[in-house]
Amino acid sequence: METLTRAGLAEAIYAEVGLSRHESADLLEAVLERISATLEAGETVKISGFGTFLLREKGQRIGRNPKTGVEVPILPRRVLTFRPSQVLKARINGTPIPREAART
Amino acid sequence: MTKSELIAHLATQHPHLRQPDVELVVGTIFEEISKALARGDRVELRGFGAFTTRKRDARQGRNPRTGESVAVASKGMPHFRPGKELRIRVNGGQDPGEGA
Repeated sequence: METLTRAGLAEAIYAEVGLSRHESADLLEAVLERISATLEAGETVKISGFGTFLLREKGQRIGRNPKTGVEVPILPRRVLTFRPSQVLKARINGTPIPREAART
Repeated sequence: MTKSELIAHLATQHPHLRQPDVELVVGTIFEEISKALARGDRVELRGFGAFTTRKRDARQGRNPRTGESVAVASKGMPHFRPGKELRIRVNGGQDPGEGA
């Protein structure tokens, strides 16, 4: 199993779009930063054909230190989840893309 | 924010680039991530997060309309784990801890 990283994505932009390597890397960073800043502001990010990044508010609950068994409160927090689109799920499984979901 | 809003923002930020090129940049990023996952590879973007594919075992499902039981084949599910930096950012600067 291989791992795709920033370097591989920047290289793909360089090959596909024909921008310089430097600018390709800059734009990749700009995309990731814009998505991060939007989520930081509490807003959902929806990428059609790929998926949705959304925030969930978790209330306070009682947790336990698994090592000592001592109960500790887990404070309310905001967590990020990713909902893959039907298109991405279909591509991963090599199944046909549902027509009504082809745009989401 | 949608993909088109993301493209519009980048185009404003980079006025020397043509709009179709900005669209192609954004398209290429998500296309390459999708292709990597379809190959069974993982995608790791430090600070942002990692995309992996998790295996879902075959199970006995049910048609919710008829109640009939149907076999559901095993399949892969894309999964995203936010990086530490992003987890902290969305949580108002506080580290929500692991597994959050």
